[in-house]
Parts: sequence; C-alpha cells; structure tokens
Amino acid sequence: MNFLSINSLFPNLALEVQLQLCILLPLLAIPGIIATRRSPNIRDAISLCTSLLVLSLVFSLYLALDRGEIIAAHWWQILPGLDIKFSLEPLGMIFALIASFLWFVTTLYAMGYMRGHNEENQTRFFCCFAVAISCVMGVAFAGNLLTLFIFYEVLTLSTYPLVTHAGTEKAKQGGRVYLGILLSTSIVFFLFAIIFTWVIAGTLDFTPGGVFGETEDTIILSVILVLFIFGIGKAAIMPFHRWLPAAMVAPTPVSALLHAVAVVKAGVFTVLKVCVFIFGIDLLEELASTQALLYLAGATVLLASLIAMRQDNLKARLAYSTVGQLGYVTIGALLASSLGVIGGSMHIAMHAFGKITLFFCAGAILVAAHKSKVSEMSGLGRQMPITMAAFFIASLSIIGVPPAGGTWSKWYLLLGSMDAQQWSIMIILLLSSLLNIAYLLPIPIKAFFSDDKQSSSHAGMKEAPLPCLIAISISTLGCLLLFVFPEPLHELAMSILDQPLNDNSLEHNSLGQITNGE
Amino acid sequence: MLAHLPILQVIVPLLAAPTCLILRKPSLVWLFTLLASASAFVISILLLQQVMAEGTLIYELGGWSAPWGIEYRIDKLNAFLALIISGVSTVVLLAAHTSLEKEIPQDRQTLFYILYLLSLTGMLGIVTTGDAFNVFVFLEISSLSAYALIALGKDRRALWASFQYLIMGTIGATFILIGIGLMYQMTGTLNMADLASRLPEVPQSRTLFTAYAFFIVGVCLKLALFPLHLWLPNAYAYAPSIVTAFFAATSTKVAIYLLIRFTFSVFGVEFSFSVLPLETLFLALGLLGIFVASTTAIYQNNVKHVFAYSSVAQIGYMIVGFSMATSAGLTATLLHLFNHALMKSALFLALGAVVYRIGSAELNDFRGLGRQMPLTMTAIVIGGLSLIGIPLTVGFVSKWVLVVAAIENGWWPVAALILLGSLLAVVYVWRIVETAYFKTPEPGRKPVKEAPITFLAPVWILVSANIYFGIDTRLSVEVAQAAAESLFGVSP
Repeated sequence: MNFLSINSLFPNLALEVQLQLCILLPLLAIPGIIATRRSPNIRDAISLCTSLLVLSLVFSLYLALDRGEIIAAHWWQILPGLDIKFSLEPLGMIFALIASFLWFVTTLYAMGYMRGHNEENQTRFFCCFAVAISCVMGVAFAGNLLTLFIFYEVLTLSTYPLVTHAGTEKAKQGGRVYLGILLSTSIVFFLFAIIFTWVIAGTLDFTPGGVFGETEDTIILSVILVLFIFGIGKAAIMPFHRWLPAAMVAPTPVSALLHAVAVVKAGVFTVLKVCVFIFGIDLLEELASTQALLYLAGATVLLASLIAMRQDNLKARLAYSTVGQLGYVTIGALLASSLGVIGGSMHIAMHAFGKITLFFCAGAILVAAHKSKVSEMSGLGRQMPITMAAFFIASLSIIGVPPAGGTWSKWYLLLGSMDAQQWSIMIILLLSSLLNIAYLLPIPIKAFFSDDKQSSSHAGMKEAPLPCLIAISISTLGCLLLFVFPEPLHELAMSILDQPLNDNSLEHNSLGQITNGE
Repeated sequence: MLAHLPILQVIVPLLAAPTCLILRKPSLVWLFTLLASASAFVISILLLQQVMAEGTLIYELGGWSAPWGIEYRIDKLNAFLALIISGVSTVVLLAAHTSLEKEIPQDRQTLFYILYLLSLTGMLGIVTTGDAFNVFVFLEISSLSAYALIALGKDRRALWASFQYLIMGTIGATFILIGIGLMYQMTGTLNMADLASRLPEVPQSRTLFTAYAFFIVGVCLKLALFPLHLWLPNAYAYAPSIVTAFFAATSTKVAIYLLIRFTFSVFGVEFSFSVLPLETLFLALGLLGIFVASTTAIYQNNVKHVFAYSSVAQIGYMIVGFSMATSAGLTATLLHLFNHALMKSALFLALGAVVYRIGSAELNDFRGLGRQMPLTMTAIVIGGLSLIGIPLTVGFVSKWVLVVAAIENGWWPVAALILLGSLLAVVYVWRIVETAYFKTPEPGRKPVKEAPITFLAPVWILVSANIYFGIDTRLSVEVAQAAAESLFGVSP
C-alpha cells in the first residue's frame, strides 16, 4: 500500500474518480485480505490502511463540496432510463464522513476485540465488513433511488454473514429474523414504492424539491409515502423493528458499526433522502399520511425506550435504544420543516458517535470482564474507569445534554417540531429524553458508586485491550468535539435544502421555470 | 451459406445424432455433441444478428414456396428462443462428460448423447419452423427423446417419472394435433402465416373455438401451467442431472413460445383476448401457480424437487405477463423466459455437481456443504438470490419489468402479489442456505471435495451470466422488447 504517494496524488485525481474510489476501494482490499489470511497482522493492517485511505478520500471530497464543486459519476444503464449513477450532496456527505471515519475506528477496535475474544473466521469477518462499507458508500453517494436500492439490498445480504458470525443455532435464528424482515419489507414495500414512483413520475433521480408534479393525486402519493416508510425496514419503524434486537447476536464490533452506524443509518438516511429529494418537504406537508406516520414514529420512540428499560442484557438495551433514536431521525424527516431536516441529519452524526461508543464499551466489558448483563455491572467502574467514563459521556450524548454533541441535534429537532407546530411530537421528544436518562445513566452510576458486594469478584480484572481503548477514546472525543465544534456539520445540514443536486437538476429546474413562465 | 442458416440451425444437430453411432467411444461422442451444439449456438447468434438487422428471414424448404412447401420463418421471437436453447445446451454439455461418469453406465452414454441431440433438434425445430404440422413433428421428436432421457436416470423412480411424463405429454401432443387438424380442416392450410391471414375470414364457429381450446390446453400441459404441472417435479428430480439442467432451462420455454406464437401471430390478439376470457383465465392460473407451487417448494425435502416446483412458480410469472396482452407484459414474459433459463440451468447444474460428489440431492445431505464445496454452494446461493430477484441479478430485471408492466396496466394488486410471491422464494432458498452453512454433517459421513473444474467452469459461466445480464440488460431487454413489439405490430 503506497498510501503516502496516493495521498499526494489527490490533487491530480479527478473528483469523480475519488468518489468512485470510495465505493471501490473497500472491495479492492478484499483480495488482499484473503491473500494475507495466514498472517493476521498484515491482514488487519490492510483493513486499517484501506479505511484510512477511504477516510482521506471522503475528506477530500468534503473539501471539494465545500468549495461548491459538483461531483457526479455515471456507471451504466440497467434498463432504459434507469441508470446506476452517483452524485454528491451535503446529506450524503454527512453520512459518508461519519461512516468512513467510524469504519476506521471500528477496524481498530475490531482488531483488539476479535483477537481478545479469540473469534474464528476473522478473515471472512473483515471481508464482509469491507463489502458492507462499500455498500454504505454507495448508498450515501447514490444519485437515484435505483442505485440506492441496489446498495441497500446488497448491504442487507453482506451483513448477514456478519450477524450469523457465531454459526450457532441462536445466530441462525437471529439471522433469520434479520434477513426475513429486511428483505421482505424491502421487496414488498420499498421496491413497490420505487416502481410506483417510477411509473408515476417517470424518473428516480434525487431532485431538490421532489420528483412528483403538482397534479398528482395526493391519495396515491400518501400511499406511496407509507410504502416507503415501512419499506425502509432499516429505519426500524415499529412494527418492523424486530430485526435490530435480533441482530445483536453478532460480535460487538459488528453491532457497533453496522447497527449503530452503517445499516441503521442507511435506513434513516434513505428516509431523509426520500422525504427531501423524492417528495420534497412542501409536498410532504400536504400528504394525509405524513401526520399518521409522524405519530407512528413518535410511538416507536416512546415504546422502544420503555422496552429498553426492561432489558437486562446490555446489548439488547442498546438495541432498543437505537430503535428509539432512529425514530428521532424519521420524525425529523416527517416534520416537513427545514429545521426538522437539519435536526434529523445532524442526529445521524450525533447518534452514530454516541451509540458506537456505547457499543464499544459493551464489547470492552464483555472482553475484559466477560459480563453482558446490566445487573452484573455494578462496581465495575473501579476496574474499568476509562470504559465506564466513556460510557457516561456517550450516554449524555444520547440523552442530549451538554457537554455532548447530541444536544445540538435534539435542539434542532425540538425547534423543528415547534416550527411545524407539532406539540405532541415535542412532548414525545422531551419525554423520551427522560426515559433515556432512566435506562442509560444508572449503568455508569452504579458502576462507579455502588458498594455492591459483588465488586469483590471483579478483583484482578483489567481494562480492555489497548486497541479497544484507543477506539473508545477516539469516539468519545468525537462526542465531545461535536458539542464544541458543531459548525461544519451544521453548515452541511443547512445546505441540504438549498443546494441543487447536479447539472441535470439545474437544467430541470430552469426548464420548469420556463414552462411555468409560459 | 448464410442464406441457409435457418435450416442449418435444425439440420446440424439432427445429422449429428446418427453420426454419434459411428463414433461410439463416449468421450469422442461427447466432444462431437459439444461441437454440434456449439455450432448450433453460433448459427443462432448469426441468425439473431441477421434478424435484428434485416427483419424476418424466410427460408423455403426445397425451394417449394409456401403455402405448398414448408417454410422456415425466423423473426426476432424465435431467433431469441433458439439462442436461449442452443446456448444453454452448449454450456450444460461442458459438464456432461464428468456428470455421466457417475450417473449413467458406460455402454449407455452414446445413447444418451444421441437422445440429447435429438431433443435439441426437436426444440430448435419447433421454434424455427413456420409450419403448424411441422411443429407437431418436432414436438414429438423432442418429447420422445425426452421421455427416454428421463428414463436414463439412475434412480428407478426415473422410470415412473418418465412414464408419467409420457402419458401427460402424449395427451398434450394429441390435443395439439387435434387443434392443428381442426385448423387445417377449416382453412386448408398448415402454414402459420397463411393460417393467420385465413383464420379471421373463417366465421367464429364452434370448430374454431374447439381448435383453439384443444391447442391451448395441449400446450399448457407441455408448459406445465398450474394445475397441469404434475408431471414436471418428478421428471426433473429423477432425470440425470444434465438432462434436468437442460430441460429446466428450455423445454417449458419452447411450449411458452408455442403459446405466444399461436395466440399472437396465428389467432391474433383480437380473437384470443377479446372473444375468449383468456386474460382472466391465465391471470388466475398464473397467480395460483406462483403461490401454490412456491408454497409446495417450501415443503420439499429433495432440493431438485424444490427447484422443480420453483420452476412451476416461475412459469406462473411468465403467464401473468402473458395474460396482460400488452406489449410491456409480453416483454416481461420473454425477458423472464431468458432470465429464468439462466437461473435454472445454473442452479440445476450446480445441483448436478453436488450429486456428483455426494450422490444425492436430499436436503439433509446438504449439511456442512457450505464448507466442503464452497464454490458450488456459492453458485447455488447466487442462483437462489437471482430467483428471489435481488438487484444485480437477472431475477431483479425480470421482476422490475413485470411489475412495471402490471402497474402500467392498472393491475396494481397483481403487482403487489408478484412481489409477495418472491418472498416465498426467499423461504425455500434460505432453507437450503441454512442447511448448507449452519448444520454440521452427520458424524459418519466422509468429507467431500469441491466439484471438479469440468463442473465448476460451466456452472460459473452460467452464474456469471446471471450477474452479467442483471447488470447489462441491453441484449436481453432490447431483443425481448423488439420481439414483443413485432408481435403486436404485424403478424409474420
């Protein structure tokens, strides 16, 4: 890997190429990972280098986007009028930045975890991981719904071996629920909605302001919206949320990256993308089903938080917490106000950092202390101070209080709900914060302050492996930094709604204006 | 030479069949058969190119002009079909020599190749000829050789399966013959183009309806339309693996071709869909087929049975597209015909590789195969994903086109049912995946090796085709569209 030379080549590398490399590089690393399977150090180094490379590519794209450049790439046509193509816009940029950064951190963490835990089939693990990241990049950069759908489906399939990594009966059952729900919702609802959109609108391109004309029947569009929201099973709106807790049979790094960042965020990202670029928030406001779906998302938030309180298994608790937090982003999208979209897209980032830290901590506790139940963790703070402190900070971010990044996204979501005059949603958001406190904070508090007799049994235990600790520290630092410097993220989120997507859409708009003028 | 391509398409495999008797030695015969099939493939490619460029080709047999002589008429539709048949036949044959080692005794192998070539001749003949009686002749050639081929299966149940097929197939062929006979009686001609121009002049008498009914029922028996599919699962499950791979991809497709040809070209859309309630009938049977057969597939314990029932279900999709009687619907049918041929030949050939190694296709014996035969099992998984209709495989393209056609036709509940049906495919495919990857083999069983390269190469050619045509659909969609449009435009 001649990392340095490529890095210096960046100015010479066309932006389109960089965009495509982000998707292809993880795939290109796979032969390398397989070839070096006998020497784990080199294999993991390849993973790490690739993730760094992808991260720097994404960052260079970010700088270009900031300069106002238009970046798009076209691969080929699948059916007449249906292309696989990519175009970069701020929302996708947020997602890509988060995913590539956290991929790097998770790879670091996985090295420590998988070895510390003596997991088998590590090569397969890192290969599937790379495919999944490639799909996430594809989802983030997708220029139309078809491209997004393709990567969305491949993401489901490539994560199946990760979820069932253990190969046990329980893993098989979990995998069945995972695949069953995600595939059936995407085939029956999502694909149906996409084809419906294609037949009605004649295009699947993401267009600022939406693709539907003003003359379309709002009842049909309402139905399509419902199909979209249920079809994007990865957004885990109840009653299609069961796959998320089921997927927790996976090894912790998988749960961390895929079920706090990649897979679930691909879901809510798609919801946002569909709401903003297929429907457009103006149209969304008029649809009858928006209100109903908003309440459904609100109910998901509350119910998931209530269920989370009753979970003793830490990972299950975090899983339900994720279901609730994903509801926030869906709410942000469905509020049909620009503040809601800003809040939702910022929450993608904030929740990703917070939740991945929590999962990292859960994994660290499992590796170092072999504990997975919340009730066994009292007094653990003395043996694992760094882990537990990180857990505390990340919890604050999830709850949404300073000094953690979650504050900002919650702030904007609340502003959005006021702006849209959705008082009940505002109350739900506030209530949910209280519930978050109730199910997250007792864990670090008991770990530090409990005088439980059990604590003697923790004697002689050490902190998690060093790579794990480094990863945890980075992501925790991220939570804090996002509170202090939310400006770049906020700017990106602001520009989602007022930035034209690419040349075509510009043409489209001006043409539309011309016809209106006539 | 180029002018004679239409007849060469049929004559090459026909003459190659008896030549096999002279060669005798199985490996030589295999090479020769492969050569014959490959040249048929090349001819079909040339024909398709010619047809796409110049339009319909007419070849008068022996210089006798139609309607007195027999004419071969190649348009986009049958050039497309010939391409599918000869292409699949050639790729499948690559694995034949290895597969037969384990499944058919040495002394019968020459016989096998002769029958195989005759069957190929029959199918190619059906699609190329423009003469209704000629259709029947070729149908019998392909069917009789098919019965014998199925009976060659090493399991004794193959005999019973073959006999079942013989009875059903003969009833079907007789019905077709009665139908053709009645048409001849009314119009005095057997040439399809001539029939097409004369049938509208015939008053809509009971004879006409009877002729059509006999013909359609006969064809539906051959194409295994639910509920006339009962012969198919056993025939596919107990025939030699190579035969299954070949037939699953081609034989029912040929019958669908006949259905399309006679409904659209000979009788005309007008008559078929306005006078008769064909739309409702085929739609109902197609949908029932999808759901009943897919559900049955879920409960099978023999993997060959699983995919055989799945074939019946897939035929349901083609029939649903057909029942729309629109150009878009017919495009979907033709596209799925092509795509399904790719999926099923890949799947059954991969199953052939499994049978080659473990001697059985029982689901229970698949335990642990994910580790022992990784490449073969990956092929089955990809084939299965294609069957489900995951993006980047051919199955997705078919499904997309079919659902779009249904919605454009205003049949959105049908569109929803089509998508629901593909969920059943997830269930039966995933049963196999879970068994192969999550269960450990019985303690007593010896570990098996990966299939030999002679098997893997053709399997992976077909699997790659599944992916390639799922990404680059120019060939399949363009030809299917052109064929469908020409059927709705002018009759040949």
